[in-house]
Amino acid sequence: MSGVRVAGVGLTAFGASPERTGRDLFAEAGCDALADADVDRDDVEALLYGNFMGELAEHQGHQGPLMAEAVGLDAPATRFEAACASSGVAVREGVKRVRNGESDVLLVGGTERMTNLGTAGATEALAIAADDLWEVRAGMTFPGAYALMAQAYFAEYGGSREDLAEIAVKNHDNALNNEKAQYQRAIDVDTVLDAPMVSEPLGLYDSCPISDGAAAVVLVSDEFAAEHDLDASVAITGTGQGGDLMALHDREYLARSPAADEAAEEAYADAGVTPGDVEVAEVHDCFTIAEVLALESLGLCEVGEGVRAAAEGVTTRDGEMPVNLSGGLKAKGHPVGATGASQICELTMLLRGDHPNSDAVPDAECGLAHNAGGTVASAVVHILEEVEA
Amino acid sequence: MSDDEEVVDAGYDEWLDAVRDGEGYFLSCENGHGSLPPRRVCPHCGSLEIEETPLPASGEVETFTVTHVATPNFTADTPYAVAIVRFDDVAVTGQVRGVDVEDVEVGMTVEIDVDATETTGDDLVVFHAA
Repeated sequence: MSGVRVAGVGLTAFGASPERTGRDLFAEAGCDALADADVDRDDVEALLYGNFMGELAEHQGHQGPLMAEAVGLDAPATRFEAACASSGVAVREGVKRVRNGESDVLLVGGTERMTNLGTAGATEALAIAADDLWEVRAGMTFPGAYALMAQAYFAEYGGSREDLAEIAVKNHDNALNNEKAQYQRAIDVDTVLDAPMVSEPLGLYDSCPISDGAAAVVLVSDEFAAEHDLDASVAITGTGQGGDLMALHDREYLARSPAADEAAEEAYADAGVTPGDVEVAEVHDCFTIAEVLALESLGLCEVGEGVRAAAEGVTTRDGEMPVNLSGGLKAKGHPVGATGASQICELTMLLRGDHPNSDAVPDAECGLAHNAGGTVASAVVHILEEVEA
Repeated sequence: MSDDEEVVDAGYDEWLDAVRDGEGYFLSCENGHGSLPPRRVCPHCGSLEIEETPLPASGEVETFTVTHVATPNFTADTPYAVAIVRFDDVAVTGQVRGVDVEDVEVGMTVEIDVDATETTGDDLVVFHAA
């Protein structure tokens, strides 16, 4: 079985660019990833591409070949859809293809164009990741779904809006010097608490923004990296995926995300590491409460203690285990189909030392990416490790 | 898609009619798991032996949220309280009506019905204080 290297990464700026087409966004990210990898277009054997709401935002299905063309690839292309975990599952598929010897060079990534839909339109589009009959028709939005989980968490384990606000403050701080981030603006706890309510107890600053953007990575086999003398010092050493029942009301736990427990367990075993080995993590904080559920599922915090991790400084930039040094979905932005691949981009840069926040984790050799779809009915976890180039 | 006049969702539409008539039901398997239609398999254990069972007369709010920012189909309904209500072996998502949204609480006892949304008049699962 071949090892899998991240040979190059490419990210557009995340934010509001309603005039830019999806194909233009992905062309930028894909070309930048190929340039960063120093890999020839002709060597790319396939494109694995994540996108969630292209039909609604751009009236565009069948985006695989469109995006291959946009990057100038003469290669087969497939679109993956798992709501906000769309490009996370694409990365996982890429890892498997390289490992099983089917491919030596893949372009993997994703795009989402959202801001052209407006807030109400994007809220409606995001809602299709929930059960249409039993949740959407009851008026459950995505902030509403995470709010249901937040209320359940408070009732079961305690915690407060102030605790959640510390997560937003931390992630905004982390994004301050990330030039690709949507918000490079510090906020304080009062800003979060005083913001308009979206779905109680989650306010505007508990929620990630609506974003446009694309991300791409070039995955290569160890052999290809060696033969072509590539400077590829980060490997994806573990991958895992979990699933859960679609509707929240059918689940045994409202205040936990068991799909991410399963994904994490599989990824840790695959990489041969434990939660104690993880030195830096990018987790799916679409809402502040989502970071809490992620930390607990990943074994980075005990169940019931994740809500205090930011307030206690465990997960801050100077803490023992910095989480979302990119700014996370909260401040970096969340163009949903691009998010999973963007986490791999950010972690790769953090580990190899060329991320604006690499100096927060100068010696880190092991990182984790956690990408969730819907109310975590889909979860994907990857372990990245620094290896010899 | 919302429930346009033209669109029929077999299994779901009949369930709404039954609840409206005060004859709500859920699907239960021989292992005691509850779920909502349309289904052929128990989502909890894979049992193929699932049958319609009367929904208990009242349930209890497990969690809720008051939503202020809605999708276009619910803008005129805001603020509204979405709740997950447990009826013994099955739980249902709907909106709590008939009390101020500030007065909704976890543990509140409610009864289920079907009403219409303010914005579109589409069918809506609702809960009233018992």
